[in-house]
Amino acid sequence: MALTGMQIYKDLPRTNCKECGFPTCMAFAMQVAAGQKALTDCPEISSDAMSNLSEASAPPMKLVKIGTGDTAFELGQETVLFRHDEKFHRPCGLAIRIPASLSDDEASSKIEAVNALNFQRVGATLEPKLCAVEIEGSFDAAARAKLVAEKSNKAIILMGSDAAKMEAAAEAIKDKAPLLYSADASNIDAFAKIAASTKVPLAVTGANLEELAELIEKAKKAGAENLLLGFKNDKIGDSVRMLTRVRRAALKHKFRPLGYPTILDIQASDVEEETVMSAISAAKYAGIVIIDSIEPWSMLPILTIVQDVFTDPQVPNTVEAKLYEINDPDKNSPVMFTSNFSLTYFSVAGEVERSKVPTYICVVDTEGLGVLNAWAGDKITAEKIVATMKDQGVADKVDHRKLIIPGLLPMFRAEIEDISEWKEVIIGPETAKEIPVFLTSL
Amino acid sequence: MGIPELKENWKNTINEVTIGATKEEGGTRCKTITLGGQSTLPFLSFEGDLPNKPVIAGYVADIVPDWPDVLKNAIGKEINDPIEWAQKNVEEFGVEAINMRFLGASEATKNRSPDECAKIVEGMLKTVDVPLILWGCGEEEKDNEVLPACSHAARGENCLIGSATETNYQTVVAICKADKHKIIAEAPVDINIGKQVNILLQDAGLDLKEVVMLQTTAALGYGFDYVYTILERARIAGLQGDKLMASPQLCDIGGEVWRVKEASVDEDILTGWGALEKRGPMWEAVCAGGYLQAGADLLIMAHPKAIKIIQSTINNLL
Repeated sequence: MALTGMQIYKDLPRTNCKECGFPTCMAFAMQVAAGQKALTDCPEISSDAMSNLSEASAPPMKLVKIGTGDTAFELGQETVLFRHDEKFHRPCGLAIRIPASLSDDEASSKIEAVNALNFQRVGATLEPKLCAVEIEGSFDAAARAKLVAEKSNKAIILMGSDAAKMEAAAEAIKDKAPLLYSADASNIDAFAKIAASTKVPLAVTGANLEELAELIEKAKKAGAENLLLGFKNDKIGDSVRMLTRVRRAALKHKFRPLGYPTILDIQASDVEEETVMSAISAAKYAGIVIIDSIEPWSMLPILTIVQDVFTDPQVPNTVEAKLYEINDPDKNSPVMFTSNFSLTYFSVAGEVERSKVPTYICVVDTEGLGVLNAWAGDKITAEKIVATMKDQGVADKVDHRKLIIPGLLPMFRAEIEDISEWKEVIIGPETAKEIPVFLTSL
Repeated sequence: MGIPELKENWKNTINEVTIGATKEEGGTRCKTITLGGQSTLPFLSFEGDLPNKPVIAGYVADIVPDWPDVLKNAIGKEINDPIEWAQKNVEEFGVEAINMRFLGASEATKNRSPDECAKIVEGMLKTVDVPLILWGCGEEEKDNEVLPACSHAARGENCLIGSATETNYQTVVAICKADKHKIIAEAPVDINIGKQVNILLQDAGLDLKEVVMLQTTAALGYGFDYVYTILERARIAGLQGDKLMASPQLCDIGGEVWRVKEASVDEDILTGWGALEKRGPMWEAVCAGGYLQAGADLLIMAHPKAIKIIQSTINNLL
């Protein structure tokens, strides 16, 4: 985050001593802001001012890493309130709670179920990234932490309020860099000490934002560096308002004590409510949500809204315009074409896969527009389709000359038949989900 | 520790648009709905007024839409009769308005005549006491006959008529003015066209306080991000003082969601994705919950369970 000349000037000695080679401190500050001079070129700058200014030039929201290696989960360093202002950088992570009430066997089977959960959707793998294990109750804290560390292939969150138990758990698996969730006013000193000595990240909660900011400062002073702001609400509106205020404090006001990513413990009365609360929180500023359910019908819509909201709005969603071979096609397999808008392609390809019919899909460059928009915007023409088919050598791949065209573009039939060797143009279905029935009845 | 002042000052409020007319107002509705009126972003009650909460309108059509069985079964046998379907929406599902689409007016379906459509509107007005949102079949030529007939049958009821686009707005403006209805300004996932339609409506002599904006709704996972961002940008522009973008916004969730495979194909085919009976309504509810954050004021919804979840979500968001 670049500082302005004025912000730098405020922390300079303001003596206009000229030893830096400039006539005034203001002129020097402008040079520093422009990156032409370093702060160290000022002979009189105080160490406080130095640390102030170097901290101010750090990103307004810290990047925090939970876990290590392949299972590490990073969050934070977001730069905007609204995705259209740039993009959201790090997709909200789903953490599945392993309750303390579960026996070792039950905990193991839930962990394994979490490990196995993943969905292939429009070319991406969607899955929960974290496992949140409760460290409460009568069992051996270190043993439970070790069990999770051994079985889970996710980043780990240790959830508890008893400092002694949390210390035992954190010590037992500190090489996994688990997140400690969470410190509050009653235990901040002990938790900060554990986080500082084991070098694991720490989530802090407060009764309100003022207290939270104070506790964060305390944790920082005690040597805990990788901090998260923790929230727990049973009312989704309170979460949205709280997370919005925190995001504004960090990004618009550069308020350091709240310049950390967030984690929300969802408190819902049933799975349906938990699903909608998680989805809304993911869109509005939660870095991690902790949930109970591992029902796929709940998880898939949450993961999909995360996928949607965290898509980079500046990059058109396209796939390469070329010939795709689905289900191992041969000389007799049907040929179809579609647009290079990735949602269109993945919908079509997914349905072709589902049909199990070996098929060629020729993707035409429509500049990232769906077929109908591409047609309306003149981004797809019969000539362009024919040229792409030729470039890709489609005619050499098959013995027939039948081409299936999207049902939304029936007007291309005659023209393609006229200008190309594809003499039998078949109008396909209008929507992707009709493709399996269409292909199997060809 | 003191923290910075985190409120923002918005210059403008979103237009308040009331739909439905009571006896005193020249109609026969017992209830009306009012959209908009906010002076801040969705649900940020700490810095502005939220005088009207988002409203759910129940999806009804004059023929059974091409929907998966899990949705048709959840609605029940009433889906076969638009008036009974509307009644069930109001009395059992608890919706505050009815969104009526004459899908059967299309030549490809029943080719229902404008007179028949108007009769259904009359019957519906007698049976339910909430405001109506009226649509044709989506084919411009036919709708130019169907909409005037339906509008006339409901004259004075202050319905919301869908929809005015760049090409057909003159007809829709004329009937809304003649029969005293409000109007839906529709754009195809394009914020600039959205603004353009509002300019056209204004030039045609319509007060923008009569307008609800619609960006063709995308289902979750199928362009949701585009529509989400357009709704959010439009809402921010409206609050910042752009009067052309200060209209309440509508999302047709029920009309879009049930077409995608996540809401219509069961786990015998989508292995490991969970029972459709649960996944379908969740897809609709999450899509609705998401759009609420971007600035949707009126949600058209279909599945009773999704409606119930979002009713409670709206209360918990306030």
